[in-house]
Amino acid sequence: MNWKKINVILRKEWVEVFKNRMVLFTVAFLPLLMTAIPLAVLYGTNSAGMGSPVTTEVPTELMSAMCPAGVTGGDCIQVYLVSQFMMMFMILPMAIPGTIAAYSIVGEKTTRSLEPLLATPITTAELLIGKCLAAVIPAVIATYGAFALFAAGSWVLVSNKALLSAVLDARWLIAIGVVGPLLAILEVTFALMVSSRVSDPRVAEQISMVIIVPLLAGFFGQMAGFFILDRNLISIIAFVMLLLDALMVYLSIQVFQREAILTRWK
Amino acid sequence: MIHTENLSKKFKEITAVENLTLDVKEGEVFGFLGPNGVGKTTTVRMLTSLIAPSGGKAVVNGFETGRQDTDIRRTVGVLTETPGMYDNLSAEYNLQLYAHLYDVKDVSGHVEKYLRMLGLWERRKDPAGTFSKGMKQKLAIARAVIHEPRLLFLDEPTSGLDPEAARLVRDFVAELRKEGRTIFMCTHNLDEADHLCDRIGVFKSRLLVVDTPQNLRKSLFGRKIVFHLVDAQEAFAAVVRGLPFVREAKVVENKLVLTVDDPEAQNPQIVSALVAAGAQIRFVGELRHSLEDVYFQLVKS
Repeated sequence: MNWKKINVILRKEWVEVFKNRMVLFTVAFLPLLMTAIPLAVLYGTNSAGMGSPVTTEVPTELMSAMCPAGVTGGDCIQVYLVSQFMMMFMILPMAIPGTIAAYSIVGEKTTRSLEPLLATPITTAELLIGKCLAAVIPAVIATYGAFALFAAGSWVLVSNKALLSAVLDARWLIAIGVVGPLLAILEVTFALMVSSRVSDPRVAEQISMVIIVPLLAGFFGQMAGFFILDRNLISIIAFVMLLLDALMVYLSIQVFQREAILTRWK
Repeated sequence: MIHTENLSKKFKEITAVENLTLDVKEGEVFGFLGPNGVGKTTTVRMLTSLIAPSGGKAVVNGFETGRQDTDIRRTVGVLTETPGMYDNLSAEYNLQLYAHLYDVKDVSGHVEKYLRMLGLWERRKDPAGTFSKGMKQKLAIARAVIHEPRLLFLDEPTSGLDPEAARLVRDFVAELRKEGRTIFMCTHNLDEADHLCDRIGVFKSRLLVVDTPQNLRKSLFGRKIVFHLVDAQEAFAAVVRGLPFVREAKVVENKLVLTVDDPEAQNPQIVSALVAAGAQIRFVGELRHSLEDVYFQLVKS
């Protein structure tokens, strides 16, 4: 594995992709939105106070599982809401790089720039890892930035210590710091696989978004109280994601058939 | 430099390349001629390890395809059928990118050298997408040689270019030839092949013939000598037909056209015979068959 070549591909992708303002907008807009909404909600709940009518709409078991001992009522509701936003931050890296990755191979097919690239001594693994990192890194940086903004905003807006400790809880730091990037790799490798098998960038983008569906199901599952994302579960998810990512990287390299790509494209 | 033995490629039921056996020597410019869609690009792709052969064997630069593909890609330069530049990136960046991928030591020096050689230096900061077709092709050629390969594959290097750009590309290929590089060139331009190539292979899914342009003309048509006479008569044709080395003699519009194998050695005897028979010779010339004649003769047959 030649990391110099991977770096060359990565920088090329960035130079090319970030000349496109729409892509820049996609990378920046969603994290900013995902920061602004929870901060606005926190601000709203903080200033208005949370009464018992809302509290009763959240299952008691869920509340007790989520809130630390001694945190009740409106405070607990805020912790509950923050937990949902944390999950959004966890899956945010998946939503950002899809477009970049889906366009990655099929875009080069359509501009015919892939053949000269494949004629160089770069290996399939180097090419795909370069393209994968080029899509994952901006998404992770944008998510980390957005989370840092959110944490800082929470600290300014909310004086409740329990809530702040919920924001900076180790499980969420693992979820956002580790599981998020692993999910992004999963999404990107899947998008690369799709991209190397289809001939239309739009089709690649649409199919590659399918992988986000099970995650959304998980998100809504937690909201509905079907399960609680505690530290153990998140650690298990991180481990499974690590294995899945390794499998997906391997599969994407296997699926990338140079000959098929060169001879079957239109 | 290139050695193939029964190299073949099938796409399902279609045989694109059939039993190609070929040797291209170091320093040679080899022209690969054939109609569209007969497997020329497929052959180049196999020889540059972009696709795998279905059968047979190919050794390129001492490396075997299918076993040492990365070594082959590292040591050859390829001009693909379409330039395939990164249109959003500058000409300079396009070349720098490939120089890094080929592990070129002095990247900026090589990039400058070839941008200047191909007349693109002044436009180096412009996105490749703003270039004309000819400029893109020149940039693609610069990309193919950026790592100084000793063996180059050029797939239709002047296809679709205006005469001026085509001339510049041809001159550049001639320059590479002078440097002793081996060039395997697919082309439709028979005049170009005639001028640039040491040997030519005429290909139509299989190799029909390989030889120098001169020998191809000679073997197919012999060498035709035209005697411009004051009064060409059938009787003079009959006289020269009596000479054992004259393969054919006919009178065409007051000219006597002869087919012989070695005019340099045989013309004096023909002149003597004609003068002895009373012919008055204005001058003697050679009728050259173009490579196009050779090509059509081979492809049609």
